[in-house]
Amino acid sequence: MRYGPVPALREVSMEIRRGEIVCLLGGNASGKSTTMKTVIGSVRPAKGSVWYEGQDITGWNTSRRVANGIAIVPEARRIFPRLTVRENLMMGAFIRQDRDEIDADLERVMVMFPRLKERHSQRGGTMSGGEQQMLAMGRALMARPRFLCMDEPSMGLAPVLVEQQFETIQRLNASGITIFVVEQNARMALAIANRGYVLQSGRVVLTGTAASLLENPQMQRAYLGI
Amino acid sequence: MGIFLQQLVNGLELGSLYALIALGYTLIYGILELLNFAHGDVFMVGAFLAAGVAALLVHNEVAAVPAGIAVGLMLLVAMGGAGLLGVGIERVAYRPLRNASRLAPLITAIGVSLLLESAVQVGVSPAPVLVPSNALVPQATIHLGSIESPLTGVLLFAASLALMIGLDVFVFRTRFGSAMRATAQDREAATFMGIDVDRVIMVTFFVASALAGLGGVLFGLRYASIDFFMGYLLGIKAFTAAVIGGIGNIRGAMVGGLLLGVLESLSGGFISTQFQDTFVFLTLILVLLVRPQGLFGQPLADRA
Repeated sequence: MRYGPVPALREVSMEIRRGEIVCLLGGNASGKSTTMKTVIGSVRPAKGSVWYEGQDITGWNTSRRVANGIAIVPEARRIFPRLTVRENLMMGAFIRQDRDEIDADLERVMVMFPRLKERHSQRGGTMSGGEQQMLAMGRALMARPRFLCMDEPSMGLAPVLVEQQFETIQRLNASGITIFVVEQNARMALAIANRGYVLQSGRVVLTGTAASLLENPQMQRAYLGI
Repeated sequence: MGIFLQQLVNGLELGSLYALIALGYTLIYGILELLNFAHGDVFMVGAFLAAGVAALLVHNEVAAVPAGIAVGLMLLVAMGGAGLLGVGIERVAYRPLRNASRLAPLITAIGVSLLLESAVQVGVSPAPVLVPSNALVPQATIHLGSIESPLTGVLLFAASLALMIGLDVFVFRTRFGSAMRATAQDREAATFMGIDVDRVIMVTFFVASALAGLGGVLFGLRYASIDFFMGYLLGIKAFTAAVIGGIGNIRGAMVGGLLLGVLESLSGGFISTQFQDTFVFLTLILVLLVRPQGLFGQPLADRA
């Protein structure tokens, strides 16, 4: 993986199995963000390939990936600021045609996040950070994804909201959605993930089950602050 | 009072034409942050396409087919042709530069503008071309008290208004319209929704340019004379209208266009026809000084 003159990723080999929560950890400039962009198709790898449900999707653009069941909760949330909350949610369902089911899902998302229901006619840009994170989640769910990619979901949120956020991720996973989460907050991410990968300077330096990573002394020193 | 109302009516007629063209500037700016300086010339090409159809169908001031069908064909060819021209311009002159500095597509826009003007000047006619309007539309005059307006003027106003309302519904009430607004607000996030951004941009150019084509047809029917340079000043005024309304804002472009038309007509009627353009651009300067984001625009700070 290379973009610009310096390769951002060198040897990143990852696998996410159906039904798992897998987290990708690492410090600043470790290549986390680039890996996420490669998965969702914002950047193309110079070498290597991306496979999804038995297909090579390396050449697919983002909208085609989304149309095939991959949903994205982007870094910094990327709410459409001048669309209403409801319009933002409906944008998440853009790829779907089943009107009745979309309405039912809209209701479901609003039950899941009552704040969104209260503010459904308010512009997205006027919401607080925590509310926008809920909206970004709800918007991604409106696509009925099989595979959910979350980029730094805890960023800029108060600790209590981070906790809620990760509980939601667990609940979604229990409902059958495979989840890939890129996170600075290693402790939080490992608490809910099945497995994790640790990146450093564009290479995978550690990988294993969440439990084994939590035990790993190198991991504890570098990322868990123990 | 009579003169005032008469000038108001004239102004609304002129203003609806400005509004139609201004919508194109604002739609394209809204989605690409690009000033499509070729837009006025797309309007001109639309007028020439309609005149071409009229020339084929009208001989010796008599239409070979019923006038309604002739006008329908003119609309179809001019709007379709202008729409495709707009899509072509985007593909050739703007898309390759989408990630270049913002100045680059501005320069290609001016290039396309000059190209279209020269092509029509050399390829069609350097002199004004007559549109056989009297064979196509009844040349009646509508009287309302002391106010009068030619039927073609009323048609111009009514057709513009109908299309503007249609566009408003399209952008604010349909799924594709929401996708357009989402793309305008955050292009990358729109791709995260599975929106094919290139397609949205293409449709935007088609719609914007087809509206300019409609403007071209209406202009020809109303004023019966067109020339290769007609898109220049009208384009600049429509752009002014879009800026006064708040560039990127659809309802702003409509109100801005009508306002500018009325202002031009009133200043022409009460102050001086020679200075009416001066008042138009003076208004632009005043609006930019007092409210740089335009009447309906978002304050610049929260546009990010």
